[in-house]
Amino acid sequence: MTTAAPETGAVQVVGEVLSVKRSGRYHHLTLVAPGVPERFRPGTFVAVTVGGAMAETTLRRALPVHRVRATGAYGGTVECVFEATDAGTRWLAAAAPGTPVDVVGPLGRPFALPKEPVTCVLVGHGCASAPLFSLAERLRERDCPVHMLLGAETEAGLFGALEARRATRGVTVATADGSVGLRGGVVDALPDLLTRTGADVVYAAGPADVLHGVALAAETHGAWSQTAVDVPHGCGTGLCLTCVLPVVGEDGGTRMVRACTEGPVFRGDRVRWRDLGGVPADARGAS
Amino acid sequence: MSGADLATDLAGMHLTSPVLTAAGCGGRELAPFTDLAALGAVVTRTVTLDAQAGSPPPRVAETPSGLLHATGAQNPGLQGFLATELPWYGQQGVRVVVSISAGSLAEYGELARRLATASGIGAVEVHLAVPDAYQTGKVLNVVRRDLPRGTTVLAKLAPGGDVVDQARAAVDNGADAVVLCQGFPAMVLDPVTLRPVLGAGGGLLSGPAVHALALRCVWDVHAALPDVPVVGVGGIRSGFDALAMLLAGATAVQLGSVLLRDPSAATRIRHELLDELDRRDLDSAADAVGLAHQQPEGSSR
Ligand SMILES: Cc1cc2nc3c(=O)[nH]c(=O)nc-3n(C[C@H](O)[C@H](O)[C@H](O)COP(=O)(O)O)c2cc1C
Ligand code: FES
Repeated sequence: MTTAAPETGAVQVVGEVLSVKRSGRYHHLTLVAPGVPERFRPGTFVAVTVGGAMAETTLRRALPVHRVRATGAYGGTVECVFEATDAGTRWLAAAAPGTPVDVVGPLGRPFALPKEPVTCVLVGHGCASAPLFSLAERLRERDCPVHMLLGAETEAGLFGALEARRATRGVTVATADGSVGLRGGVVDALPDLLTRTGADVVYAAGPADVLHGVALAAETHGAWSQTAVDVPHGCGTGLCLTCVLPVVGEDGGTRMVRACTEGPVFRGDRVRWRDLGGVPADARGAS
Repeated sequence: MSGADLATDLAGMHLTSPVLTAAGCGGRELAPFTDLAALGAVVTRTVTLDAQAGSPPPRVAETPSGLLHATGAQNPGLQGFLATELPWYGQQGVRVVVSISAGSLAEYGELARRLATASGIGAVEVHLAVPDAYQTGKVLNVVRRDLPRGTTVLAKLAPGGDVVDQARAAVDNGADAVVLCQGFPAMVLDPVTLRPVLGAGGGLLSGPAVHALALRCVWDVHAALPDVPVVGVGGIRSGFDALAMLLAGATAVQLGSVLLRDPSAATRIRHELLDELDRRDLDSAADAVGLAHQQPEGSSR
């Protein structure tokens, strides 16, 4: 069954697991999900059921999309990279090919693409960098020079460093322990890269502290930042108000907005990073 | 093709289907996945007089067969709601029930007076957070007084106290029907932080874990007050769960947590309910109401 969403472009489909492969610390999941690839734009995500038919209550798991393929033998597949951190994602990691999974997607607002062919730096931490690769493709189609900066605690936590070499003009790698690339975090390496490339736009995906650092560095360099925020989701469709975060609106006022409907991509200078995980006293109710 | 008639009358309100969404679990966001106009009604998230930013996250946690939630009634305030959300429902032809909550009787009165002059409101659902018959009666009295006669007033009761006493207090003070019930007070601790998982600390349990509890509330109220219309809510995830609520005495049902997992569940459950009725040769949803209370045929008692 496919239920189509004309306004948002999201569909709900009963898909299935095509494969789950280990990729270092992470799992690379390919789902058959007809209808989703056609509507996909980089930065959007899917919300999948976990636990099988008997898990009637379990919430969906929101997964950023690494890549989609609209055609092929399976009529539309979606690839996601995730770390198995709880019972739901562990179930997904162990799911056998053919396991039915209900997929809703693509959800959320994608990365905004520049109209001009401007230089872009894409910053990713750990497996959160997965959605940056389809973004890089779109940017190159628009003749934007693309540089990637990938980081992790250790070499084992890096995702996509090899793929990045094929996809971009230049790749910088940073690890906290110095096991590969520069020693330190992506935020330490970013200012130099921004100076070198003269980038106009920074796209980032990773934990909040990394995104906060990226947003500040971008601002300092007069660049525009687009950050994909990773907060816990309950439904992915805007119902449960679990994924709210404080964001400053056009009028300067703070609102608690939903990462699943108004995000996950936000302008880096709009998010109140220090107040993530809380509700600032001056925040107003969601629209 | 199913033949049973789903149309039902809830305290004078004509509903094309007995399947509604529950407060805080369904709204405009479901439109891409389900035909909202085919539902009996959509109950809005709970609206307060002033905008509220809500509880700190996380606001939802999983439990075995359940969900724990504490959203802290995040909402745009009555004025924001009337300006942005309510007109949308009217345009879409969706019947809307406005859920309200307040911190004082004066605020309840103010909400009712402002709603009385708004157009496009078929019913008001009063969110009662405390399982106390005396308080319930006082709140309903204030709300009823200021709403037009034609506006149906639903009282959504909190479980915990004597639910029959609360239902009686609600209808004695002007409620047209009772909604049974809010989630059940509950808690989840985090194995790493050893602290409550939810930002608000405790929360309310919902989902299949509470279905049997909610069914019992519906049963008890229908047994004691058979003339009081009841809306059953709690853990419904299939057509039979909805039918069970009707059999126990509910005139209509609301879907909550199931919509978070399955945004098209309202359409599915509506179809499943039709099948369940057909399978039992019941001509209408109304025929099923309270059926489980009847003595089996041939029983002498
Ligand atoms: C995320 C979430 C938000 C809710 N918000 C409200 C609310 O604003 N007002 C209200 O009266 N009930 C609220 N509820 C309770 C539901 O309306 C319903 O009474 C309860 O969840 C039991 O039904 P269920 O088991 O089908 O979920 C909420 C429930 C959930 C899961
Ligand atoms: S995840 Fe439920 S509202 Fe965003």
